[in-house]
Amino acid sequence: MKLSDDEVRARGRRNVIIALALLAFVALVFVITLTKLRDGIVLGPG
Amino acid sequence: MTIAVDSSRPATAGDYIALLKPRVMSLVVFTALAGWLAAPGDVSPVLAFAAIFAIAAGAGAAGALNMWFDADIDAKMKRTRLRPVPSGRVSSADALAMGVVIAVLAVTTMALAAGWLAAGLLAFTIAFYALVYTMWLKRRTPQNIVIGGLAGALPPAVAWAAKTGGLGLDPLLLVLIIFMWTPPHFWALALYQRGDYAAAGVPMLPVTHGAKATRTQILIYTLLLAPLGMAPVLTGLGGWVYAVVAALGGAGFITLAIRVARSKAGEGATTAGEIYAAGADDRLARNLFVFSILYLFVLFAALIAEHGLGLYAPVFAR
Repeated sequence: MKLSDDEVRARGRRNVIIALALLAFVALVFVITLTKLRDGIVLGPG
Repeated sequence: MTIAVDSSRPATAGDYIALLKPRVMSLVVFTALAGWLAAPGDVSPVLAFAAIFAIAAGAGAAGALNMWFDADIDAKMKRTRLRPVPSGRVSSADALAMGVVIAVLAVTTMALAAGWLAAGLLAFTIAFYALVYTMWLKRRTPQNIVIGGLAGALPPAVAWAAKTGGLGLDPLLLVLIIFMWTPPHFWALALYQRGDYAAAGVPMLPVTHGAKATRTQILIYTLLLAPLGMAPVLTGLGGWVYAVVAALGGAGFITLAIRVARSKAGEGATTAGEIYAAGADDRLARNLFVFSILYLFVLFAALIAEHGLGLYAPVFAR
């Protein structure tokens, strides 16, 4: 199936958003880890 | 079954965001935030953000899984037929994949940020909504939203567990309040949208047992909910602000439920469609539906104001 120009552009935009979301997730995990290391938390806040 | 396909434009990011049911997410975040702020302890704002974010993502994942499984029903209901999957802008496979991936990321984030109890509760909440409510109960019994309501009720307890690492009577009360609030809220909607549910074959109470039985059940649950809404005052979770809001809100809820019970709401011709559209006979049910949203909002807003903005003054000592 051949995609139209509009569909190709829309797919590109979606791919960029997915990439940004994944980067944000990686950053969140990194910050959580740093915070827990700083606060000396091993399992959870409780 | 015929599904109206809108292939006039490719799917946008907005269509995928709509899969997450942002309006439901916002209510979930709100109740979870109240649970977090009301819970004792002092936790880093980073972990607080991560926990609330995980709960929001979990709610979104559950919404996507619901839209994946219910696309056939959604296509038959005026209120939901323009959702991304039934309108053909997003494929079922995409909705399923998105739901599963976000659910895994949400539970993983919660486990990292807050430990296994909160992560386990979040996983249970998502699974309960997707498997027990959506796939099992919704199409089979008029008790669907009664039992399924547990999924929507759990977020404050998930947040509490995330902050404290445990549970107790106070988070259980918050869960019970939302659990008891769910039936009158959804049955009020179903009373004036019954034509939509009947057309889709969803066995909501007005469809299976009629309007009168539904109005009676709404009143019974409201009479249970109003005093339950005051219970956090007795445990010391809610202070004076919460007490006044819960008392006034409960009185208003009961008043509207009595009016609905004595009315003919749900018996005339249906005007299914827009979520707030209702015919003359059904306006009392529509008003109750709107008030129920306001009730839950102000109840949890009071908790947020008391525990997040320092307005807490106990009625009874904790």
